[in-house]
Amino acid sequence: MASKDEAKPNTRGWHEIVQDTLKRNQIKLAPYVPDRVLTPLIRSLHEDPFFTTFATAREEEALGVVTGGWMAGMRGIVLMQTSGFATLPNVLASLALPYQIPLIMLISERGTLGEFNIGQVMVCRTMRPILESLAIEHHTIARHDELEFIADRSIKQAIATQSPVALILSPLLTGGKTFTH
Amino acid sequence: MTSARPNAPKVMSRLELTKRLVAKLKHDEAVIGGIGNTNFDLWATGRRPQNFYMFGSMGLAVPIALGVALAQPQRRVIALEGDGSLLMQLGCLTTVGMLKPKNLMIVVMDNGMYQITGAQPTASAQVADFVGIARGCGIANADWALEEASFEGLVERALATEGPSLIAARIDAKPSDATTERDPAQIRDRFMRGIGAKQ
Repeated sequence: MASKDEAKPNTRGWHEIVQDTLKRNQIKLAPYVPDRVLTPLIRSLHEDPFFTTFATAREEEALGVVTGGWMAGMRGIVLMQTSGFATLPNVLASLALPYQIPLIMLISERGTLGEFNIGQVMVCRTMRPILESLAIEHHTIARHDELEFIADRSIKQAIATQSPVALILSPLLTGGKTFTH
Repeated sequence: MTSARPNAPKVMSRLELTKRLVAKLKHDEAVIGGIGNTNFDLWATGRRPQNFYMFGSMGLAVPIALGVALAQPQRRVIALEGDGSLLMQLGCLTTVGMLKPKNLMIVVMDNGMYQITGAQPTASAQVADFVGIARGCGIANADWALEEASFEGLVERALATEGPSLIAARIDAKPSDATTERDPAQIRDRFMRGIGAKQ
């Protein structure tokens, strides 16, 4: 049986682990288009003066902001949900990839494991084929005990190789968005 | 507040205005050139390492400039954008108006058309007024350039005072005679070194 001390790191919520991992990697700029599931993370980032975080009108815009920030010496991440990712192929193909930007995307996965909105289900099916067609590294994070390792290593790899990466947060990790009727 | 777009602002040359803008830049200001003729005329004014040239990602000159401005608050940053491009991403003006970065300046070259795709009219040919839109988005320092000297005066004021600011200019339908180099990695690397983000 694990002692209390050993168990302590696992008591952190997924959003606290993400926040800590971003800080450890000096990721300060965090524009987002909001998502219900990401709300605790977004709230934590707003409350922490380490981060410059704000809503943009579109995900493309957030990608542009993070690209400018990176080129000027500030690391960033874009927070979004699945349907927001689906608006991005053109700017991934014409900005992030050819200019070799280490674009870090954190995507709350909607459209699966109990989705109630058919539009979310349909658009979710496009996400991984788009990532694969552009050869963008991506990981679906379903387990709490793997979150920190995957996020930390993926951020470091993106920066070292100047390549985008997508971290997809499964409802298995976050609980997703549920409905009662 | 004066009315937004004057009835008959002078129709000017994009290349001429871009030259006048660049001539005012004495402190390694960063310039983000939006796609198409806007970019090409920026390229035609010389090879400043603080210039960034886009391909594709239409509409993102202002968001990219905003990112640079947030990361380097001590440096003035200018987004050079065309009317069609800005119409594609108008929401970014609301973000600029909300954040109010003091070091960000936006210049809109408005010829009322998608010149490079065949001169189809944009909404700004008839109704859309970028200065009125900018003010409505919370960018109070937004003005139309009435003629070349007025443009220079607005640029000088924007560079000397706290932003954000937006300057709109009516320009003619002439395409640029230049094209940028087509090596995005090279453009990005040179820009990062030009603004001190990379040694």
